[in-house]
Amino acid sequence: MFNFFRKFIRSFNPEILPYMFPILRNVLIGMAGSLFLFSCGKSEEGRIALSASDQVSYNFHVRPILSDKCFACHGPDANKREAGLRLDTEEGAYAALKDAPSQHVIVPGDPEQSVAYQKIISEDPSEQMPPPESNLKLEENEIAVIKKWISQGAKYESHWAFVPPQKSPVPETQPWGRNEIDYFTYTKMQEKKLSPNDEANSYALIKRLSLDISGLPPTMEMMEKYQNLDDEKYETLVDDLLNKDAFGEKLAVLWMDISRYADSYGYQDDEYRTQWPYRDWVIHAFNKNMPYDDFITWQLAGDMLPNATKEQILATAFNRNHKYTEEGGVIHEEYRVEYVLDKTNTFSKGILGVTMECAQCHDHKYDPFSQENYYELYAFFNNTPEKGFEGDVSRSKPAKTPILWIDQKDFQKEGILDYLNHQDTSKIMVSVMDELDTLRKTFILDRGVYDAPSKEVKPGTPSSIMKFDDQYSKDRLGLAKWTTNKNNPLTARVFVNLIWQEIFGQGIVKSAGDFGMQGDLPTHPELLDWLAVDFMENGWDIKRLMKQIFISSTYRQSSEVNNKALRKDPENLYLSRAPRLRLTAESVQDLVLASSGLLNTEIGGPSIKPYQPDGLWEAATSGRGTLAKYVQDHGDDLYRRGLYHFIKLTVPPPKAIIFDASNRDRCEVTRGRTNTPLQALVMLNDPFVLEASRVLATKIEKENMTPEEGIQWVFQKVLCREMTGEEEGLMLEYYQEEKTRFDSHSDQVKVSLEVGEMEMDESGISAESAAMMQVIVALYNLEETITKI
Amino acid sequence: MEKEVLEHGLNQNRRKFLSKLSLGLGSMALGSLLVPDLFTGKSSAEEDIMAALPHFAPKAKRVIYLFQNGAPSQLESFDYKPLLNKRMGEDLPESIRMGQRLTGMTAGQSSFPLVGSYYGFNQYGEARAWISDLFPHTAKIVDDICIVKSMHTEAINHDPALTFFQTGAQVGNRPSMGSWLSYGLGSENNNLPAFCVLLSRGKGNGQGVYSKLWSNGFLDAVHQGVQFSSSEDPVLYLGDPEGMKRMDRRRMLDKIAAMNQMSYEEYGDPEIQAKIQQYEMAFRMQTAVPEVTDVSKEPDSIIKLYGPDCLVPGTYAANCLLARKLSENGVRFVQLYHQGWDQHGNLPNEMAGQAQDVDQASAALITDLKQRGLLDETLVIWGGEFGRTNYCQGKMSADNYGRDHHPRAFSVWMAGGGVKSGMVYGETDEFGYNIVKDPVHVHDFQATILHLMGIDHERLTFKHLGRRYRLTDVHGAVVKDILV
Repeated sequence: MFNFFRKFIRSFNPEILPYMFPILRNVLIGMAGSLFLFSCGKSEEGRIALSASDQVSYNFHVRPILSDKCFACHGPDANKREAGLRLDTEEGAYAALKDAPSQHVIVPGDPEQSVAYQKIISEDPSEQMPPPESNLKLEENEIAVIKKWISQGAKYESHWAFVPPQKSPVPETQPWGRNEIDYFTYTKMQEKKLSPNDEANSYALIKRLSLDISGLPPTMEMMEKYQNLDDEKYETLVDDLLNKDAFGEKLAVLWMDISRYADSYGYQDDEYRTQWPYRDWVIHAFNKNMPYDDFITWQLAGDMLPNATKEQILATAFNRNHKYTEEGGVIHEEYRVEYVLDKTNTFSKGILGVTMECAQCHDHKYDPFSQENYYELYAFFNNTPEKGFEGDVSRSKPAKTPILWIDQKDFQKEGILDYLNHQDTSKIMVSVMDELDTLRKTFILDRGVYDAPSKEVKPGTPSSIMKFDDQYSKDRLGLAKWTTNKNNPLTARVFVNLIWQEIFGQGIVKSAGDFGMQGDLPTHPELLDWLAVDFMENGWDIKRLMKQIFISSTYRQSSEVNNKALRKDPENLYLSRAPRLRLTAESVQDLVLASSGLLNTEIGGPSIKPYQPDGLWEAATSGRGTLAKYVQDHGDDLYRRGLYHFIKLTVPPPKAIIFDASNRDRCEVTRGRTNTPLQALVMLNDPFVLEASRVLATKIEKENMTPEEGIQWVFQKVLCREMTGEEEGLMLEYYQEEKTRFDSHSDQVKVSLEVGEMEMDESGISAESAAMMQVIVALYNLEETITKI
Repeated sequence: MEKEVLEHGLNQNRRKFLSKLSLGLGSMALGSLLVPDLFTGKSSAEEDIMAALPHFAPKAKRVIYLFQNGAPSQLESFDYKPLLNKRMGEDLPESIRMGQRLTGMTAGQSSFPLVGSYYGFNQYGEARAWISDLFPHTAKIVDDICIVKSMHTEAINHDPALTFFQTGAQVGNRPSMGSWLSYGLGSENNNLPAFCVLLSRGKGNGQGVYSKLWSNGFLDAVHQGVQFSSSEDPVLYLGDPEGMKRMDRRRMLDKIAAMNQMSYEEYGDPEIQAKIQQYEMAFRMQTAVPEVTDVSKEPDSIIKLYGPDCLVPGTYAANCLLARKLSENGVRFVQLYHQGWDQHGNLPNEMAGQAQDVDQASAALITDLKQRGLLDETLVIWGGEFGRTNYCQGKMSADNYGRDHHPRAFSVWMAGGGVKSGMVYGETDEFGYNIVKDPVHVHDFQATILHLMGIDHERLTFKHLGRRYRLTDVHGAVVKDILV
C-alpha cells in the first residue's frame, strides 16, 4: 500500500519548510516526499507534479490537512458541526447538500463538481473555506493534494495502524546499503536531499554494538580481537554479543519499564515484595530467544495454557507487578478496580501501543474506542481472585493472592526455573494470575468510578483494531491469541518499533505508546511494515530482528553531525547519521562497573541496595514496614548491574531518576533523555564513580605503569578507543597538576583515595595514585564516556 | 507589573530566537536546562503555548506551599463548631451524613458519636476569625491570611488525596504543581532549581511522602522537584569529595571542558556544548546551594522569630526559614511537607505536638516575608489533603478521641501573592460536616494558584500520548472572591 512513497522529484529544499508552514510541520514529518514537491522552489510552484501513477493517500496526505483545517467544524464532534456537514467519514463527505440536494460535498473523481473543492479555491470571502475569520488557510500544495485525491476517487481509509501491515516491494537496488532496511532509509534520505554519513570507525562500532546488545562497554580483548572490522568480523561480533547472557539483561530493562517492575508495593507504607523471579524469567526468555508471540502469550495467559508449567505461570506476574495498597481503611472494591484498570492500561499501551485509558471515563475523543470497548477489554482481566486489600502493612506478605510458590524441588528440575537465582532454601512467593471459577460480571463504570456501574459487558476487543474471532475463548487465553494473530495490525508493529527505539533512540513511530490517530505518523511507514511482517514471517524471532538492524548500513553510519544535516533534520528523523545518545541510567552504572573491573556478572536474584545518599528512605517513610530504613548491601552485591538495583516505588533509586529512568509507577514505553547539572553532580561526586576511579588508579600504580602508560590504558578501558596525542597531552598535564597538589598537601592523599568499600592495598596510597584517580574521574565525566558514539 | 510581563515576553522571544539561531549556527548552543527541548524539536503548538506565557500580569512570582501531610483536623484548628461539644456522644444524623462513603477504618463502627474540640477557640483580627488555642502564632498573623473553610476533595485515602492535590489526578504519573510552574514560567535563578522540596516530620501518626508527588510526570525531567535534605549535602551529590577544594574542582572542570570541546569539534553535536554548560551550572550550584542553605548569618531576631528549632536541620522550622531563603533567591516553587497529622486516635495529644511544630514557624514565615517586602509577590499556602470526621473513631473519652478521614469539608489558609488578607472564605454546616457556602474544589484551588501566577489553567497544557493534559484536568474555576 505504500508504493506511493517512491521518490518523485528531487528539487526541493525541505529545510525551510517548517518555517513556511509551521502548523503543518508535524504532518510533513510523517509524509512522503510527494507533498513537498509543489510546496517550495519557484520552478515547481503551482505545478501538480504528481505523475499519473502517484496515489494520494488519505491517511498520510489528506487526513492531516482535513483534520487540521476542517474537522473543527466539520468533524466527529456532533455538537460543533456546522451546516450538518462532516468530512471525516465517507458517508458525510459524499452526501448531498441539505439545502441543495443536487449538489454534493465531494463527488469522487470529479473535483470540479465537488462543493468542498469549489469552496476551498473560492476567492469570495463569503464562500471561501476555511472562512477567513477562522484564521485558517489552505496552502496551494494542500489544495493540490485534495484535488488530486478527489480526482483519484476520494477514497477514505482506515487509520493506518489499524490496517494489517503488508510488505511493500523493496525499492530497487540503490547505490548505498546492505540490506532491506537501508533501501528504505536511503530512499527517504534521497527524498529529503540528505546523504548518509560514512561508516563509523571500528572502535565506535564496537562500543556501539557492545552497548546496544549487552548494555556493557567492550572489553579490551573484544576491542583487540575485532579491530579493523570487515563485514565478516562484524557479523561474528554481533552474534557473539547476542549470545552473551548480558543481552537478556540489557533488553530486560525495557521490559521492566513496560511491566512496571518494582521491589515494593507502592502507596503509603510501601512494603517489600518478591516479584524478582519474574524479572529473572524475562532475562531468561530473552536470552533463549523465546519467540515474541509466546513471550506475550505466557505473560497474558500462561496459567491457562494446557498443563501449565510453573514457568508459564510465573510469566503471568506481568499482570501483577502494579502497585498494591496496604493503607488501612481503604475501600476494597475501589482498589480491586484500580488494579484491573492498571492491567488494562498496561496491556493496551505496552503491547498494543494504543492509549485506551482515555476511554476509561468517556468515549475516546480521537480514536475509535468507546467506553464500552474499554470495559470489554477490562473484562478479560476482571476475573482474577485477587483482592483490593489483604490487610495493612503489619500483616504484609511479599506476594498477594493468587500466589505461585517456588521451592527447592522446582529449582532441581532440569530446564524449568533452574535459572532463578535463589540464594537459600526458603520458598519464594510471587504474585501471579489465576481465574475465578464463576465469572465475575463486568460493568461499564461511569466516569471510571468503581461504585458507578452501568451496563454489563462481556470480554471483547475493539473491532476497529481487529475482530475477535468466535473461535477464541472469551478469556485471557483468547485475548493472547487475538493479540498474536498475524492479522493483528498492532502487535508486531509496536514491538518492532520499540526495538527500533531501543537502538536508534526514537521509534519509526515516535510516540511508541500511541499508534492512534493523535500519535505520530511513522517516518518510514514501509520500513516499519516490512520489518513487522518479516518479524512475524520469521517466527517472531527477536534476535533475528535486532541482528537485521545491526547489520544494516543505516546502523553503521558515523554519528558525526554536519551542519547541513542538522539544519535539515535536527531530530535525525531520516537517519542520515547514527544517533549520538547518552546512555540509560542502568548503562551508565554498568559502564563504570565494567570498565573499572568491579562488575559482578551474577544474573538475577533479589534486588540489591547499592550506595545511596543517607536519609532518603527515612525522610519519606511512614515509619512502618521493613523498608522504613535503607540498609545498604555490602561486598560483591554492590557491584551488580543497574538492572538489579532495588526499586522502592515511593523513593526510587535517586541516581536512576536523575538519569531519566522510569519511576516504575506505571507502564512506560519511552524514557526521556535530558542533560542536567544534577547528572554532572552524580558523575563528579558519587562515591561509586570515585571508587571505580580509585580501583583503576591503584591498579596502575601496582602494575608499575608510567603515567603515560597508565593514562593510555585507562583511557582505552573507559572511552573504548585509543586517545589522541592532544588528549594525552591534556590529561598528562592534569596528572602533573594533581600530582603537585597531592605532593604539597599529603594530608589529602588518603582521604581522596579512601572511598568505597572495595579493599585498598596500603601500598596503593600515594600521591601518584591520588593524582591518577582524579584523572580517571575526569575521564568518567567526559561527555563521550557515557555516550553511544 | 506590566513591565514584568513585558520583560517576560521578551525573554520568551529571546529564548525562541536563540533556539533558532543555535540550530543555524550549530556552535551556539544554550544549556539544555534552559531550553530543554531545543534539539528534540518542540512542536510549534508547544512553542505557541510557551510564548503566550504569562497569560496575564501575575500577582505572585513564587509559591511556598506548607503541606500538612496526613490531614490536620479542621475542627481543632480553623472550623469552630460548638454544636459538636454540645451534642458530644450523640450519633451523627443520617440527614447530615447523606450517604458519605466511609473508610474501612470506621465503616464497621456501630455508631458515629459526635465529638467536639478538646481545645478552645477565640476570635481574632479584623475578620473575627475563629482560631483554636493550638495556633496562637497563627492567630497573630490572622490579618495577613485568608482562611478557606470550604475546601473539598474526591479522595478519601492519603495516597490518592495527596496525589490529587499535587498533580490534579488521584492516580497516574502526572506532573506536580511545581513542575507545571517550572515548565510554564522557568526559573528566576539559573544557579538553583526552579522547584525545591523540603521534608520534615512531627511525632504524630505519620503517613509517608513519595517522590511521585514532586515528579515531572511526562514533562521534561528538568522540571522535577529537587529534594533538599538535612544531611551534609543539601542537594544529592552536591558536595565535592573530601580533600577537594573549589579551585581543584575548577581545574578538573576546565580539563573536562577542553576534552569535551575536542569531541565537539570532531562530532559537531550541539548536545556536547549543552553538556559543557551543565557542568558549569553544576559548579555554580555547588556554591549557590550551600550559600542559600547556610543560616549561620541570619540575625538573632530572625532565629527568635522562627524559634530555636530553626537551627536544627530537618525540622519544620528550619525548613520554613530555608523556604524563605530559597524563595528570596528566586526559586519558583518551594514545597514543604510536614508529616504526622493523621490523628485516627489520641488526637488531643498528638495534634498539640504537631501544632507546636508548625505554628510559630508558619507565622514567622509570613512575618518575615512581609518585613522584607516579599509577601506581596509570594504566595504561601498552608493545609492538608483532606479533613477529618466530626465523629469519633475508636474509643471516646473526655480527653481522648480520634477522627477518621473526611473529604467533604476542610480548611486551608493562603497568604500574600494577590490573595485577600484578613478574610475567611466559605462555611460549613453547624456539624462541620458539609459545606453550606462557597465550596472550593481541589481543582478550583489549583486554578486559583495558577491564576495568581499569571497562568490561565486552561491554557497551560502539554500534549502527551495524543491528549493535551493540564493540572486541573478538565475542571476548575478560579475562586475570584479571594483575589485582591
